[in-house]
Amino acid sequence: MSTTTTRGVARPASAQASPARPRRGLRGSSTFNFWLFTSPFLIGLTVFVYVPIGWSLWLSFFEARFTVTPSKFVGFDNYWQMLQDSKFTGSLVTFTVFAAFIVPATWALSLGLALLVNRLRFMKAFFRSVFFLPTACSYVAAALVWKMSMFSGVRFGLMNTILGWFGVENIAWLANPDPPWYWLVIVTLRLWLQAGFYMILFLAALQNIPPELYEAAAIDGAKPGWQTFRHITLPQLRATSTAVILLLVIAAYQAFDEFFNLLAKTTWGRPPLVELYYTALGESQDYGEGSAGAVILTLLILIVTLVQGKFLGFGRGDDK
Amino acid sequence: MSAMSSNWDRRSVLRAAAGLAALGPLAACGSNNGRSGGGSSGKSIKQYFHAYGEAGVEDALKRYAKGYDKAAVNTQWITSADYESKLFSALLTDNAPDVFEFHPQIQLIKSGQVADLSDIIDPVKSDFNPADIASHTVDGKIYGVRMIDDPQFFFYRKSVLEKAKIQPPTTLDELMEAAAKLTTGKVKGLFIGNDLHAVINPLIWSSGADTLDAKNQIAYHTEGVKEGIKKMRQLFTSGHLLLDAPTDYWDPSAIVQGLTPIQFCGMWAMPVMQKALGDDLGIFPFPKVTDSGKQSVVNGGWSMFVNAKGKNADLAKEYVKWLWIDQKKYQEDFALSYGFHIPPRASIAASATKLKTGLPAEGVKLFNDFGHFDNIGWTQAMITALEDVFANCVRKNGDPEAELSKADTTVNRELKKLFG
Repeated sequence: MSTTTTRGVARPASAQASPARPRRGLRGSSTFNFWLFTSPFLIGLTVFVYVPIGWSLWLSFFEARFTVTPSKFVGFDNYWQMLQDSKFTGSLVTFTVFAAFIVPATWALSLGLALLVNRLRFMKAFFRSVFFLPTACSYVAAALVWKMSMFSGVRFGLMNTILGWFGVENIAWLANPDPPWYWLVIVTLRLWLQAGFYMILFLAALQNIPPELYEAAAIDGAKPGWQTFRHITLPQLRATSTAVILLLVIAAYQAFDEFFNLLAKTTWGRPPLVELYYTALGESQDYGEGSAGAVILTLLILIVTLVQGKFLGFGRGDDK
Repeated sequence: MSAMSSNWDRRSVLRAAAGLAALGPLAACGSNNGRSGGGSSGKSIKQYFHAYGEAGVEDALKRYAKGYDKAAVNTQWITSADYESKLFSALLTDNAPDVFEFHPQIQLIKSGQVADLSDIIDPVKSDFNPADIASHTVDGKIYGVRMIDDPQFFFYRKSVLEKAKIQPPTTLDELMEAAAKLTTGKVKGLFIGNDLHAVINPLIWSSGADTLDAKNQIAYHTEGVKEGIKKMRQLFTSGHLLLDAPTDYWDPSAIVQGLTPIQFCGMWAMPVMQKALGDDLGIFPFPKVTDSGKQSVVNGGWSMFVNAKGKNADLAKEYVKWLWIDQKKYQEDFALSYGFHIPPRASIAASATKLKTGLPAEGVKLFNDFGHFDNIGWTQAMITALEDVFANCVRKNGDPEAELSKADTTVNRELKKLFG
């Protein structure tokens, strides 16, 4: 019983309770329990995460074509090759453009949805679910729907049908990179898929803002609407916003599925992971260069995260 | 307490859900373990096929495999659009297929990946189309068994062209004109695939050039090819091409559904088109690009290879001999019952009545008169290099000379590795 009560109520209670517990025999078994419960996860983490990372680091210094057990050491040659490779550096530019679109857009859309849903009096749960549902859809499935029915280039594609009502010519959304309509396809797809999830995060944060703040603001003469939003809601959401932005940047770095499925056989619109996939697993099967590219990418993500943490203050704990 | 008990309810529900989720993969493990489907000796072979678009092919291949009694044959049906990268990465692993279909490419031979099949082919060598033997031969050894030959050309709606008073085009300029005339508010004049890569080789051949010459040196970098690429760019930007269709060039849907009156496709799709359009269907080869060029047809196709590095190489070879050399009934069924393919063996082609009359016979004629077979020295890395040229110069407005030079670097590096 004591555990269930302490969990919800307050920290001091558990601080008082713990010295009172009997100590004998617990030490040994708690260590045992620790390993019992964490080892499946730790083993998985080691085998599927740490070993591959280490292996890839090792591969990046070898000439590893068509093999993952190479023998020819080449030092930093692979790194040098990748940094000179216009396709790889181009993919970093592609990513930057993509992130510059998608991060602010998703942030704004999910916050907007959260504000709308939060104000609803009826059917709140319904709309919350409706907006959240796309999160459950796979990127591959959504990419196929986007490609074959919404943004297909034929006259009966959804978008071309709508444009046709206004007398606009059919547009080849994906085949023709000029103008780059493919960005519209990719950005809308990702917005649809992920906005709902971040909306839930914002919704939780909105419901955590004490109503007294709004009452006090109203008494002080703040007008409801933009003024209240700007000076109360937005500052109160700072911690959540920071977390959401960080998650969005990470998600953007991991972008793969929709690019891979929507833009096959192109030389443009390839974010780093797609480019590295073609380097390491395409017909050249160059694991050395692929691994070097992955290490470069990891270092970049590390730097960006540290810089972002410094500016936005994520992880410092104090969010007031 | 009430809060607590509801908590426990939720947990037990979650636990049950997790339990079910954990059972899922276990159940999957039980069924697809490569040991299923007959076989008395307990040995098993894994074969890879790309996903054929015609109905019934997958079942047919599995049915043939079931008839083999020396080993259980497990068929992997690869639906991915890039069959080659799936295949190449699988070949590196322990899970590699023992037998796989692919096109003849010399890097697989140089790296010792595919086995020499001369001993099983030699006895029936004279029965095969000599070009199909030549395209699989390196230093006198034959490395793959051709299963089917697939000519690729243009299909067109006779009635639509007649109405517009257009003759089947024989030059690229005429094709572009036809595309312009046939484009209306609802229909685009021409479909050559969503990325246009299917016509790279015909464009080269019809410009009077080739991918590689007889000495395995670059032969595609000519003024004619550059002119062709520039014309393709014009065509791409003209608004007369069907682009971003729900299906690609290898699927007959675009012409069958009336999205376009002219489509580049393969003979495999002919039965479906004939069924939908009846006699309102004609074919013509890829038109001349330059005056010195000649109309051309891609004689594509698929061949069986044995993974020399696999654990069951000998058994796999026996299986290939059994199915693709000995079992002529199955070979005929495979070539003619689903899509139309030209049997590479004279004895089967002789009895293939379906290909003797009408449009299929015309297809066979184009195959014989204008066809270019696979060049074993033209490998995947080189194919990709030219696809990049096409992507950058036709779909983007790149300079053909600069892009072809870039491709030269890649192709030369590859040639040096392969031929020294």
